Formats: sequence, C-alpha cells, structure tokens
Amino acid sequence: MTAVQEQPKQLDETGDVVTPLLELANEKNKRRRGLLLALPAYIYIVLFFALPLIIVVVYSFATRTRTGGTDLSGWNIEAYEKLGEPIVRDILFRSLWLALITTVICLVVAYPFAYFLATRSPTVRNIMLVFVMIPFWSNFLVRNYAWRVLLGNDGPVSQLTEALGLGQTTILFTPTAVVLGLVYGFLPFMILPLYASIERLDWSLIEAGRDLGASGFQTFRKVTLPLSMPGIIAGCILVFVPSLGAYVTPEILGGAKTTLLGSYIVTQFLTARNWPVGASVSTVLMIVMLVAALTYFRSGGKNL
Amino acid sequence: MTAAVEIRGVTKRFDDVVAVDSVDLEIADGEFFALLGPSGCGKTTTLRMIAGLEFPTEGSIRIFGEEVGTLPPNKRPVNTVFQNYALFPHMSVLDNVSFGLRMKKVDKTDARAKSMKMIDLVQLGGMEGRKPSQLSGGQQQRVALARALVNEPKVLLLDEPLGALDLKLRQEMQTELKSLQRELGVSFVFVTHDQEEAMAMSDRIAVMHDGQLLQVGSPEEIYERPTNRFVADFIGQTNLIDATVEDDDHIILTNGTRLRAPSPHEPGTSVAMSLRPEAISIGPRGSVPDEHSATSLEGAVASVTYLGHAVDYSVKIGWIDLEVRGGATAGGQRFEAGDEVSVWWDRTSDWVVAD
Repeated sequence: MTAVQEQPKQLDETGDVVTPLLELANEKNKRRRGLLLALPAYIYIVLFFALPLIIVVVYSFATRTRTGGTDLSGWNIEAYEKLGEPIVRDILFRSLWLALITTVICLVVAYPFAYFLATRSPTVRNIMLVFVMIPFWSNFLVRNYAWRVLLGNDGPVSQLTEALGLGQTTILFTPTAVVLGLVYGFLPFMILPLYASIERLDWSLIEAGRDLGASGFQTFRKVTLPLSMPGIIAGCILVFVPSLGAYVTPEILGGAKTTLLGSYIVTQFLTARNWPVGASVSTVLMIVMLVAALTYFRSGGKNL
Repeated sequence: MTAAVEIRGVTKRFDDVVAVDSVDLEIADGEFFALLGPSGCGKTTTLRMIAGLEFPTEGSIRIFGEEVGTLPPNKRPVNTVFQNYALFPHMSVLDNVSFGLRMKKVDKTDARAKSMKMIDLVQLGGMEGRKPSQLSGGQQQRVALARALVNEPKVLLLDEPLGALDLKLRQEMQTELKSLQRELGVSFVFVTHDQEEAMAMSDRIAVMHDGQLLQVGSPEEIYERPTNRFVADFIGQTNLIDATVEDDDHIILTNGTRLRAPSPHEPGTSVAMSLRPEAISIGPRGSVPDEHSATSLEGAVASVTYLGHAVDYSVKIGWIDLEVRGGATAGGQRFEAGDEVSVWWDRTSDWVVAD
C-alpha cells in the first residue's frame, strides 16, 4: 500500500495528471492479493497431489528388489513391459470393457430421465434432483454391501425370479453384478451434467426444427442431441473414468475372475510388493483419464 | 378465393388463463397481414396456433381450406421466422438454410443450389460457411428469413422479427421485408407490438387486446376510424374525450358542452371522442372560424414542447388536457404557456368510439 502512495505524479504535455505507474502498481497489488488467497489450496495440491503423483511416476521406472523393496537406482521400463503380459493385458481390457459398458448403460438410462427432468416445472425438477442425490447421503461401501444382499443366491431378486419360475438368480460375483453396481453408483454423475446441458437448451430451436419439417425424432437427432453433446461428453467422462479405476464395487460384487485394474494395483502394492508395476499401471490409468479429460475440454471449447 | 388462413372461433386456454378468446380471422392469399397488440394480448399465441406450435382449445384453423387444428408443425405448409431467430448454433448458414429441404429429402445438390440462391436473395452471398454466432443481428435475421422462405411456404409467419434490431436497421428491414413479400407473393403474417411498424408494412392490421380481436382493417381504417377506445388509444396518439350521445349529430361532454359529432350510436350511450393531435388547430381566443364554431373548445396553454418539425401544446380545457400538435413553420403563430387559446377541428376529423 505504501508503494502506491510513494509513486510520483507525472504530468503530460497538456498538464493533466497521468498515473500509469499508479495503475501498474495497483494491478500488481491485486495479483499479489489473489495469489495470497489461493496459496493454501496451492500448498495442499502440491504437497498431497502433485508430489505423490510424481513419486508414482518415478517409482514406475524403478526396480523391484528381491525382498520386495524398491531400488531407486537402476532406471528401466521393465514395469511397463509387464503390462504387455497376457494376465495384465486381460485385466486392462476387461476394465476398459466394463467401464465402457457401464458408461453406455448410464447414458442410455440417464438421457431420457435428464430430458424429462429438464422439461418439468422448477419445483418438480428440484424435488427430483434431491431424489437423484439421496444415495450420496449414505456410505458408498454400505450401499455396495446392500447390493450383495440383494443379488445373493437367496436374496430378494433371486427369490422373485424363483417365484416367477425363472429359477435362481446367480449373478453375484459376475461381471454383470459389477456393471450393475457401477451403473448404480455412477448414474447420478451422468444425470447431472446431462440435465445441466439439456436444461440450458433453447427450446425455440426445437420448435424451429419442427417448423422446418423435421419430425420429433429428426429434431432430436439433428438439434437436441448435438446441442447436448457437451453434457453427454462430460457425463461419459465422469462415469467412464471412475469406473475404470473402480475398486470398491468390483471387490464386493465381483468374483476372483473379475479382477479389475483397481484391485490389480492394490495387489501389486500390498500383496505382491511390486511397487514399480503398481506404479506403472497407475500411470497408464492416469494417462487414459487425462486423454479423456482433454477430449472433453477440447470438445467443450468447440461446442460452447 | 380460398383464404390463405381462416380462423374460426378459436380459443386458447392455458390452465385458467384465456390467451385467445374466440377469434375469427381471415387472411387473404398474398397479403401482408399484421397481428398488432401490446404484450400478452394473444397475438403470438394466435401465430403459434397457425404454425402448429400450440393447438387451439376450441375452434378451427384452415390453411388454404385444409383444416390443420392439431396437425404437428412439420405437417403444415407454413414456416416461421422466430422472435430471436432460433438459428441452429451448431450449423453453418448454409446448413441452417438447407435444413428444411434436407428434412423433405430434397436431393443434396438441389437443396444446396436452392439454399445458395436464397442466401443470395437475402444478400448474404459469401457468408454461407459462417456460424450464426459470427453474424450480426441483421444478418442473423436474414438467415432466419432465408431458412423459412427456402421451403416455399404457403404462408410465412413472423414473430416480432425486427424486435431485436436497432432503429435504423429495423427501418431498412421493414422496406426489405415488404419488397420481398411483393416479389414472392406469399402471405406474410406478422406479429408486432409496434403500431408504426404495423402501419408502415401491412396491407391489413388486426388489433388484439386481452385475447380478443378488436378490429381488423387497413392501416387507414384502423387509424382514422377506430371502432373502440382501445384501438383509438393504441394506434398513434389521440385525445379521448368522454361524452354522451345526444342525437345523430351531437354529443354532450361531461361538463355539458355540446359539440357537433356524428355517431352511429344510440342517444344516451357513453362514448369517447377521439381527436388526433395533428387534426386540431390552435389560435388566439376568439379566432375560431365560423364554420368550426360547433367543433371548438376554449382553454389555456399548459405546456409547450418544441419538437423541431412541430410544436406540441398541452391545452388545459377545464377538466381535460388536450394534446395539440401545431406546425413549427416560420410563419405560423406560436404560443407560450399561459396563453388563452381556442382550439377547433374539422367536422370530418373527430371520430366517436364506443367505450
């Protein structure tokens, strides 16, 4: 503040006071204040996010010692070469596949719902949005165990199918159960961005489509769908990314044959004590997510 | 000849609100027709019912004789220019314009050629590759026009199409729209709340208020011979003086003054006399020409507003203020506030309207 007052006044040819230095000083001050406000968050992110991230990447190029420790001297890409092994490759593809199916199911289920939501009166919308959020009020782990009870061999679902003469339901500990759990867990992340982008739509564009001779479906395909694309991409990424790295749901609802990346990483770190491999899988996963996020930002920039 | 649009007994209710109240209307082929009224009068709802974007609660709408009551918009031979243009933001100008043709499965090269021709017609040649967001308001307006007209609608519906443009551009577009309509010979049904715009452009005007159709007629009819108080007041500026009909040829003002004013109403009916400010002459007290003695009043100038081409006087005549527009020519006499004056008017320029 004192620096501002010390700036000498300057006069231009006409004798008017000009204060470019004052403005500059003010500008600098503002920036400094902004930085100060952001500092706690910066420190937090660097210390607990960026730094560990760097450690993971560094470890992925290290060597596992015989005793299960990590040797930080001989740098190599052996851990990445291991990703090419059939076991790891299968896990990778399975994870991608299940995440993809989860995303598609979420999209197909959420879009009509979000559309319906966006066309209701504000009161109805808010009430329904609360319903969408309610699951978040209880613990994710607890909800996953609830699914285990539901899908169990003598659980309610099985009892129902038996009563209907369709026999026992035995989907627990299968990929189907995992996808069911993932869709259940991540559906709100699809609904919310979809709702946000559909709600923002200019409805007169849809009327214009109809007016210009397009049927309801044609209007949807040519107008509504392209204009809600930012929401679709956001929702898909918000579902795909956590599905790919999901740990809890596959652990609880999946069996031994449905090991996914999340579980594999945990095994590498804790059981196999092969930190470089765990780190390399984590790194690859992060790159996939980063690419997905970049895709979103790029498309978002184009459409908005 | 079949009317381009024929509306019979159409009522539209939204829940409890009656937006359009048993309207009857006929719009001829090739006519430039304006639906005029203040916001909320039902003019846009009427237009949207012709477009098929709303369906009437009661009544019948025919387009060239064909009942379209509940046909969806894509099955009607009409196209709309929307209030805020409603251009598809994700499509280029060309894609916007050719949208309708592509929906009709017109051959791709044909659709392109037709669209380009229409883009040229609205003077946007060379801009077909741009996105709507890269165009000015006036250019967007032209795209919206081209996009509707390329489908060769039998009736073009325009919902306050010039509302978002600034004054100068609006006047330009008024002229252009009118000449375009002449050229194409298609009926234009035009919604506006701007009475000057309606007067300048239309062959006929329908004045609406509170969901009801008050009067339909040429701009001259509407301006010179309004049928009721609202129309007289809404179209241009006017002085409305409350009165009672005495006989065929005389009315009595509320203070007892007897004036000559022919009216078709029964003796004893309360009416209002509409006097346009520019139809009133002003002169020093006692200077009323003999032939106007039965159509004159005396008062004092309350305020003067100089407008350049004219001078507006507010003349206090006992219980009312009369707006008078005087010429500002060099030779004309000018008055100051407080001057005692007489005002008079031609026997043909007053007009008695029902209350």
